[in-house]
Amino acid sequence: MNSARKQKMTIVFFILFGSAVTVGLILFALNEGINVFFTPTEIAEGKVPAGQNIRIGGMVKEGSLVSDGLEGTSIEFITTDTNADVKVAFTGVLPDLFREGQGVVAEGVVDADGVFQANQILAKHDENYMSAEVKAAMDAAKKKQAAEVTAQ
Amino acid sequence: MIPELGNFAVMLALCLAVLQVIIPMVGSYTNNTLWMSLARPLSSGLWVFMVLSFSCLAYSFLHDDFSVAYIARNSNTLLPVYYKFAAVWGAHEGSLLLWILILSTWGYAVSLLSRNLPLDMLARVLSVMGMITAGFLVFLLFTSNPFDRLLLNTPSEGTDLNPLLQDFGLTVHPPFLYMGYVGFSVAFSFAIAALLTGRLDAAWARWTRPWTNAAWAFLTVGIALGSWWAYYELGWGGWWFWDPVENVSFMPWLVGTALIHSLAVTEKRGVFKSWTVLLAIAAFSLSLLGAFIVRSGLITSVHAFAVDPERGLVLLALLLLIIGSSLFLYALRAPVVSGTSNYGGYSREVFLLINNIILVVATATILLGTLYPLITEALYGEANKYSVGPPYFNIVFLPLMSLLAVCLSFGTFTRWKKTSPALLWQKVGKLAFVSIALGIVIPLIVTAEVNMGAMFALVLAIWIVLCIGKDILDKTANKADRLSGLRGLGLSYYGMQLAHFGFAVVICGICLTSNYSVEEDVRMAKGESITIGKYEFRFEGVVERPGPNYTANSATIQVMKNGENYLTMHPEKRFYSARGDVQTEADIQVGFFRDLFTALGDPRGDDEWVVRIHVKPFVFWIWFGAFLMAAGGVTAILDRRYRSRKVVRSDIPATDANGSLRPALES
Amino acid sequence: MQISNRTKLFIPAIFFLVMSGLLLYGLGQDPSRVISALINRPLPTFSRPDLFDDAKTITSEQMRGGIFLVNVWATWCPPCHAEHPYLLEISQRESGVTFVGVNYKDDVKAAREFLAERGNPFKLSLVDLDGSLGIDLGMSGPPETFVVDKTGTIRYRHVGVIDNKVWAEVFVPLIAQIQ
Repeated sequence: MNSARKQKMTIVFFILFGSAVTVGLILFALNEGINVFFTPTEIAEGKVPAGQNIRIGGMVKEGSLVSDGLEGTSIEFITTDTNADVKVAFTGVLPDLFREGQGVVAEGVVDADGVFQANQILAKHDENYMSAEVKAAMDAAKKKQAAEVTAQ
Repeated sequence: MIPELGNFAVMLALCLAVLQVIIPMVGSYTNNTLWMSLARPLSSGLWVFMVLSFSCLAYSFLHDDFSVAYIARNSNTLLPVYYKFAAVWGAHEGSLLLWILILSTWGYAVSLLSRNLPLDMLARVLSVMGMITAGFLVFLLFTSNPFDRLLLNTPSEGTDLNPLLQDFGLTVHPPFLYMGYVGFSVAFSFAIAALLTGRLDAAWARWTRPWTNAAWAFLTVGIALGSWWAYYELGWGGWWFWDPVENVSFMPWLVGTALIHSLAVTEKRGVFKSWTVLLAIAAFSLSLLGAFIVRSGLITSVHAFAVDPERGLVLLALLLLIIGSSLFLYALRAPVVSGTSNYGGYSREVFLLINNIILVVATATILLGTLYPLITEALYGEANKYSVGPPYFNIVFLPLMSLLAVCLSFGTFTRWKKTSPALLWQKVGKLAFVSIALGIVIPLIVTAEVNMGAMFALVLAIWIVLCIGKDILDKTANKADRLSGLRGLGLSYYGMQLAHFGFAVVICGICLTSNYSVEEDVRMAKGESITIGKYEFRFEGVVERPGPNYTANSATIQVMKNGENYLTMHPEKRFYSARGDVQTEADIQVGFFRDLFTALGDPRGDDEWVVRIHVKPFVFWIWFGAFLMAAGGVTAILDRRYRSRKVVRSDIPATDANGSLRPALES
Repeated sequence: MQISNRTKLFIPAIFFLVMSGLLLYGLGQDPSRVISALINRPLPTFSRPDLFDDAKTITSEQMRGGIFLVNVWATWCPPCHAEHPYLLEISQRESGVTFVGVNYKDDVKAAREFLAERGNPFKLSLVDLDGSLGIDLGMSGPPETFVVDKTGTIRYRHVGVIDNKVWAEVFVPLIAQIQ
């Protein structure tokens, strides 16, 4: 094998090896970094895999924010898509844009009691007050209710 | 009257831009010197009218002309004067006007500073810049005109600038960012002109380099300012969120870095030509893609301008036109490299190629992560089901950057064409061991505990710095005295080392702050305190305080260091009356070696408040390092060889690297 | 398979076309728009003091049997100032709809003065001092207008200023539809 051929093979080997490592890394990273979004209705129906880090979103139910009787910086509130309610528990500082009657997205885990233990609250949204995910959730709930009404 | 003047100026600018597209380009193909030389005055005129229209908008803002719809939506009589000026680019239409102003400014700069450019090349470069400008002017005039009026029943008061934007950071961040984004249009235009002309040579690379460096330096500062602003203003102590809008500003930067290095290779060795042209097209394309994503409503983010999809469609069409045609031009006209490589395994070419590949792969993975939700929606039909969070980006990006940091120093020691591995090892082998030793020992001594992440990052940073030192020593070793040796090294070399040094500082800043920050969210009553390291934070209660266009709850926190009174901090929560918005104003005590960060949360119970207290070591180094990188980029531009000189025949080697006569275009 | 070197150069262009297709698809999706949890639900039951006479109470029962436009406003809200002349003009012009003003979290005296000076487009004016009615309506901030039909059901929630353009494009067709 002459030197030029050897060099070419080395290059090909490195490219293949590098690609395999990179692709593997990306797949692993996607697995770790992807958040699946669920609506309160889906959580109430038990569609959420236990213990998995997920996102939920809905409207913060008016008057549901409580901090009394809880330790430290813990708070609880209820998020709803008008069809089902989910209790959310969170410890920490709420973002400025968090408000009752507005959309919210939270990241965390549904615990054994069906309470969503949030490790992050996102009230980031554009000027239209509701994120696309929350809007989709509300739409789906509305359709469901309309279907139930016509079924009766 | 003034808004009409501004509107008219924009229309005139469009006319000039169209002329700038047609006349010089036709002139370059028909060899008409007069037509080609019209490129310069046309771009000057274009710039003048853009300055005029921008001034009209600014004037209207400063005089509270709420008959202009854009001003009514983004300003208020109570808004402080300097924010009224910054509000010009506070939302979509005005920021688009700024974008185009900056585009025309770069064009004007090219026309002024390119005395040594052959006329046909200059004509084509300015013509391409004119095409981009004209495209955006059409977009502005027909879909996003900031001068639209509300003439019937003019409101007596405006809705106010979004409080999130009422901050110094956001008054400087967009201008710098746009200077960077838009600056890549110059490299892009040079690339297109080269493809059209068929002349892709060392001289072309040398002309393009200073413009690319300048744009890159601006973009570096712009991104750093954005990160610093988020840290300062959003009240959470975070400084990078892998938010889609952050990602789209970062991708052009990564590709721009690859471009800078690739241009160096093309200039010195005449290879990588296709790569370099493609990178130049890609850098600007990513800037355009960024502008599109932020303004189309496609991806929701705290940053995104709320713009309707209709405008997004027009913008996408513009993108398709500019990027699509340039990529097809590239496919048809770029030089095809065939045959075996003529550089050795450990040559500088190889290391810079690795550099390019790493940066491009990093960009591709960030692009994948950013567009992934859209991809899954298209493939599986479930809207907004999947989102990609920071873990993805960190897992992919950090290893790549680590590899880059290792290769960086090797690259500076290698020689062009061929380097023996033994020689390389002899130079840097010892340094590698020293870096590893220091990187492990220093954190152990200072913190008395093992932290893998911090140690690894420190090893890399020390490795880079030691190699910089060694290289400077080596290069001045043979001179009569060191000082004259240092002088002889040239600004281009110093720019490189400064930028690389800045990179090491950023690595330190990011990794040390990520690993050693202490963050506490606590519920405190008056008189309570918490201790973090040598600092004690005592909460002294909250009072109400009025502001110019808000009322605030202002907290007092007494900080003690090593038991003695050190300083007082006043984080606030502000209520802006016009929009009913709430805003957290963190109080940050900035230090070179650590930041103290306090923010006020919500009231709890009777007299208790949730308070956020962070001690963040070395976070300042992140932005300081970025500034050093930008300074390095600017220093390199100032090098003697970019000063005006006539085009000399010997600049363009008659033979290419293979030793055969260079044709104008290989097919 | 040997791909010619020239062909390889087309890869970026093709990649870009595919990505544009993706972006085009993304644009075609439904944009997030403002919705209300209360659309097609009955107006919440409430009773609040009249703005001009604290002894009198205004209740949700009074908003039946016609088309009511419940406008939430405040003197501290600049866009409400901008909207006011339009509301005045529209209320005088359109006899088929009744404007109801909800003064939200405001200074009652200032509100009365405002309407006295600039004209009053509202047939009924009530005070929501603590903002609880606003919360019940699911609103985010003034100015917002709720369209209530003859059966007392909320049919639409408009966030932001109503000017002549918005009236013609949004409200006129809606009102015609719910007659």
